[in-house]
Amino acid sequence: MNKPPTQSRRQFLQKAALGGALAGTVSLPVLANADKLEFPDDLPEWMRAPGGEFGNYGQPSKHEQQVIRWISANPAAPGNGVSWTPLHDLQGTITPNGLHYERHHNGVPQIDPEQHILLIDGLVDKPISFDVKSLMRYPMVSRTCFIECGGNSNSGWRSNPIQSQAGYAHGLVSNAEWTGIPLKLLLKEAGIQTAAKWVIAEGADAAALNISIPLEKLLDDALLALYQNGERLRPENGYPMRLVLPGWEGILNVKWLRQLRLTDEPIMSRDETSQYTELMPDGSARQFTFINEAKSLITSPSLGMMLPDNPGIYQISGLAWSGRGKITRVEISADGGDSWVDAELQGPVLDKAFTRFSLPWHWQGEYAILQSRATDETGYVQPSREALIENRGKHGFFHYNAIVSWEITEEGDINHVYGF
Amino acid sequence: MSMVSKIFTSLLLLLLASYSYAKSDYQSLGKPAEALSQQAQWNLSISPDGKALPKGKGMAVQGKQIFALKCAICHGPEGIGASADPLMGEVGSLTSDYPEKTVNSYWPYATTLFDYIRRSMPINAPFSLTPDEVYALSAYILSQDAIIAEDFELNEETLPRVTMPNRDGFISFYPE
Repeated sequence: MNKPPTQSRRQFLQKAALGGALAGTVSLPVLANADKLEFPDDLPEWMRAPGGEFGNYGQPSKHEQQVIRWISANPAAPGNGVSWTPLHDLQGTITPNGLHYERHHNGVPQIDPEQHILLIDGLVDKPISFDVKSLMRYPMVSRTCFIECGGNSNSGWRSNPIQSQAGYAHGLVSNAEWTGIPLKLLLKEAGIQTAAKWVIAEGADAAALNISIPLEKLLDDALLALYQNGERLRPENGYPMRLVLPGWEGILNVKWLRQLRLTDEPIMSRDETSQYTELMPDGSARQFTFINEAKSLITSPSLGMMLPDNPGIYQISGLAWSGRGKITRVEISADGGDSWVDAELQGPVLDKAFTRFSLPWHWQGEYAILQSRATDETGYVQPSREALIENRGKHGFFHYNAIVSWEITEEGDINHVYGF
Repeated sequence: MSMVSKIFTSLLLLLLASYSYAKSDYQSLGKPAEALSQQAQWNLSISPDGKALPKGKGMAVQGKQIFALKCAICHGPEGIGASADPLMGEVGSLTSDYPEKTVNSYWPYATTLFDYIRRSMPINAPFSLTPDEVYALSAYILSQDAIIAEDFELNEETLPRVTMPNRDGFISFYPE
């Protein structure tokens, strides 16, 4: 694709103050019947009658009903699939619980907490089990972090750029405050034997999903989460209890957790061999690639939106995250990667959590390609799509974290394109 | 007790109270679960050594019948091409331009097949198959690419000894 000529690339990105462009748009209501009624008819109806009743559990405005998870499931097995977080419709960094992404292998179990237990056994001094009520008495900590499916953004491996909204291509990632018990407390209570190196986690769903996790991670920063953004876990996010392993791919954050078995070797389950491994061009496969590397995404402006004013000032806004630590830098390009400007990072910047970035952009009606590029505290820089494919080939399927490019046409339309 | 000493005593009690709250402490509430840990329902995971495999046996000929009845609706009559993941064929395709990750072309261990079928298949009725049926289905799938012979009996002894074509295809990235 040829880039139409542009006037001055350096002027695309300016950290300019908003200035007077927004002034003078507010007009006052016209006063009618001022002799009879003190207030005119054009006051909105919601100011002239009592509002709605209280609600036991609040719901979004009826005017926001289009803000939904997008479901993509197997029609023959509707419990096997995903739903995508609408990142393009959200702001800030916390994903509301009803919009947290989902990946289920055989549906959402409706677990009775009175009947659910967690068993810790295997290479321990004494196997122990916990019911939910006992666990609620343990000291808890809260931790804000993202969880990202290993298969997020996998449409990026395809030859043609998918024309889906930002969240519906990259929204198998969400960010929440998780509250629960540091896993090490429970593991130490069982007595960890020196031969133990791995832990087989198993869920109580109709897939009885099992997967091996290095013991080291569980002793580091893993949580047995009971709460999500302040309320008990939603069924689709693991009620009554799940693992949260900050920065490690979603499949390891086992929902509906029923068992942790300590072993000396990984179990080689389906989800650590057949799936969540990355096939390389030489036919070998990368296995146990647990960490979600640094990634970023411009959520606005993005596909499905348009730029109404030409010229106009637009707030470029997006999300960056890294499974290796804090985001230290996000750069923005409006010329397909020829030049970059640092975006502002919204604080507090948290470890292994969504970081919101922003940058005002003066658009003069020129053809542009918007990109964001994240760097984390280890110095890792988010790769271009070209570099990612150079390293991994096109059949890795998992762990796609390349730069995303939004094409802005001279008409202000937005398309997904591959980088230049 | 004078007013001053009353106040002093209250302050002292308050201090002691806040001290006992401030300590980081908790009660161990895990219940002994030695017996539970031995039960079959808590021993679903099967490692490549096959130690946790249940007793049983099955062959491809029985597996073929069960497959047609309970699996083909999603996996296709030939184990490839319907709504579910492909299971058979494509051995040797991993380096091609169109690699297919089937059980027989990609999975490194045959024990995984038993583990996965038993815990989650068929998808509309997990845990509805007997061990013999799971051995038979595994035998059928493996025999379709001649990983085992048509008349080979799979059981808790022979299954872990099956060598998958892609046994050495995986490179561990942990620890990094």
